[in-house]
Amino acid sequence: MIAAPGTGTFIEIIYLIATALFILSLKWMSSPATARHGVWAGELGMALAIGGTLFQQGIVDYKWVAIALVLGSIIGVPLGMVQMTAVPQRTALSHAFGALCVTLVGTAEFYLRAPAVPRFMMAVLSLEIILGSLTFTGSLMAAGKLQEVLPQRPITYKGQNVVNLSILAAAVGVAIYLVMHPEQTRLFPVIIAVPLLFGVLMIVPIGGADMPTVISLLNSYAGLSAAAMGFVLDSKLLIIAGALDGASGFILSVNMSNAMNRSFSNVLFGAFGQEQAAGGAAQAARPVKSATAEEAAAILAAANKVVIVPGYGLAVAQAQHKVRELYDALVKRGVDVKFGIHPVAGRMPGHMNVLMAEADIPYDKLLDMDEINGDFPQADVALVIGANDVTNPAARSETGSPIYGMPILDVDKARTVMVIKRGMSPGFAGIDNPLYYLDKTLMLFGDAKAFVGAIVRELAGSQH
Amino acid sequence: MKIDLLTSLYVFMLAGFIGFEVIRRITPLLHTPLMSLTNALDAIAVVGAIVLAGEHKSTLSTVLGTLAIVAATSNVVGGFLITDRMIRMFKGSAPKKP
Repeated sequence: MIAAPGTGTFIEIIYLIATALFILSLKWMSSPATARHGVWAGELGMALAIGGTLFQQGIVDYKWVAIALVLGSIIGVPLGMVQMTAVPQRTALSHAFGALCVTLVGTAEFYLRAPAVPRFMMAVLSLEIILGSLTFTGSLMAAGKLQEVLPQRPITYKGQNVVNLSILAAAVGVAIYLVMHPEQTRLFPVIIAVPLLFGVLMIVPIGGADMPTVISLLNSYAGLSAAAMGFVLDSKLLIIAGALDGASGFILSVNMSNAMNRSFSNVLFGAFGQEQAAGGAAQAARPVKSATAEEAAAILAAANKVVIVPGYGLAVAQAQHKVRELYDALVKRGVDVKFGIHPVAGRMPGHMNVLMAEADIPYDKLLDMDEINGDFPQADVALVIGANDVTNPAARSETGSPIYGMPILDVDKARTVMVIKRGMSPGFAGIDNPLYYLDKTLMLFGDAKAFVGAIVRELAGSQH
Repeated sequence: MKIDLLTSLYVFMLAGFIGFEVIRRITPLLHTPLMSLTNALDAIAVVGAIVLAGEHKSTLSTVLGTLAIVAATSNVVGGFLITDRMIRMFKGSAPKKP
């Protein structure tokens, strides 16, 4: 790079070590047993890279660097201490910050090099700026929706995709022109402003249940924009970190879209909220069987095997600690309790696992959809708490259903199904759930936290 | 320049393959901490921002670089912090190694 030969080699070796540590960091994330080593490896790699950079030749003014590092840390600490239920919006916000950094650096690099920017440089700079800008506003919008500062319902209109894609195409068009004519520097702000707008419009049609996919996708974009920045700065470390992040976000997006039975192109083009409009026709009131906490407790106490299915409603009600009490009460009675977790339960990949782990539920009891589905036929009770569409048997049988083909948790195969739900309102997708009208299903109407608490009290009362 | 570009593309491609292979093996149990960890690692972009702000080549680059350091540092600090908090919550049911 710019450093003198000796120093330059030293820095490059530091970066090489940091890169190795980053890859090990991800490798150790494969199991909860080694995951903390992963965090430590990441931290060490980061410390080495930042420390090494601070001693790099060419830094003449440490004052602003120091102030910025301190300020960033002051902002970072509360962002690292948020409640577990707020992790999805925190994650979206951090995608926004990452993208902001990349966009700012890209902008500065452009004006430092302009007007004589080589073509390849201009191409990767454009990619960096476009991805960075749209990820910045897109992530802010996602965070706003998750925090419920913005309305959660998707806002759709006719021709939305055409409008959005035209806007993106316009940005790409200007970028291509800039690659041909880098001296037209006054066009540069266009490739910042237009993607900023696109980022907002991209998230407008997104509803809450699509968030796991969207957050993963924004994660991927943030990574790719950082990798593009690595090309601009000729930094292998940054290219690799960005590529790892991009790959991670990409894999998660594909997982999430599979778990919702959406095609990946559907996801890529941001056409998330569209298909849902279909369902939702008001159903004639059909009879359901409801039960009290006392009855539910009696059935649970008599069971040998119980599978609990947590969903976003559980997170909203902050019921995770009450669920832990229920788990303890049942385990004490010798009941085999497991948790069945759908990949898109909650608002981001793995959201439910974190909430259950927060409540000290052992992770080996948290089973993925594929692992748990074989257990339902042997289960005496499937207890669904705040989940809806991911348990809807219409996804298996009704070809006309908007969620037909979506992989679901086979709760209807358990001997008894209990569903804790606030009322009979349909889920996010606006689709009626035939599960609720089955003979074996008992509806437990109420707030998840209050109802689970009531069951726990009943179980404790009948103990002796 | 041309050779550097090609090297960079090789590096990007190989890192992408490594990323796929490593991340595919990560249990869905840890997908949330995975995302916050990759987010923190991604904030390595801070090194670019430090060089930019520290070189003091123009007022604009210093200002943008400084802001970029703030944004990225908050991800470094917040990202590692929350990842570690989450991972510490994952405990097995018995004190045996899984």
